[in-house]
Amino acid sequence: MIAPEFFYSALIVMIGAFMALLRVFFGPSVPDRVVGVDTLNTLVVAGMILLGAAYDRTIYIDIAIVYALLSYIGTLAIARYLQGGLE
Amino acid sequence: MIEWTIGIFLAIGVTFNLLASIGILRFPDVYTRIHAATKCTTFGTIFIVLATVTYSIYSYYWVQKDPAWITIGIHSALVVIFLVLTNPVGAHAIGRAARKSGIRPYGAVIDELEGRL
Repeated sequence: MIAPEFFYSALIVMIGAFMALLRVFFGPSVPDRVVGVDTLNTLVVAGMILLGAAYDRTIYIDIAIVYALLSYIGTLAIARYLQGGLE
Repeated sequence: MIEWTIGIFLAIGVTFNLLASIGILRFPDVYTRIHAATKCTTFGTIFIVLATVTYSIYSYYWVQKDPAWITIGIHSALVVIFLVLTNPVGAHAIGRAARKSGIRPYGAVIDELEGRL
């Protein structure tokens, strides 16, 4: 059973993720691209929750939990690298 | 009734996520882009998870007594707790790293971090 309102919301979130991807492509500096990737991570987590509710699968939402934590660690690692490494 | 509640929650969440994407394309420098993206995506995802939790509670009590619905609700709430705790910290790290790597705020009148980082 597919709940249609969750599915269409996932489509609109995917349009937003595409616009964040444009910032990753055309960002003039490196922190601009990092901000684009950070936004893209949060939008992908939102899309995973929406698709998990649309298709009634619990496992998609578990994957969203793991993805949220791993993207946080990735953002922290890139920020640490940008500010000149470990001091 | 409950369909309207879920629809309004989803509309608010999706609208704020789209506003974050528009803001990240329209604002002039890194710090204003962080400002738009982090707050709008966190707020929008809170409302998307509210819609999912409402849908799971409604489906458990009125459609089918299946414990998988309760699992979907609790795990979505866990996702939003992690996002609310970790998203601002990541944005703070990016902003501090950008200022340390020498990017000045666009059109800044006063910069209190000048020479202190």
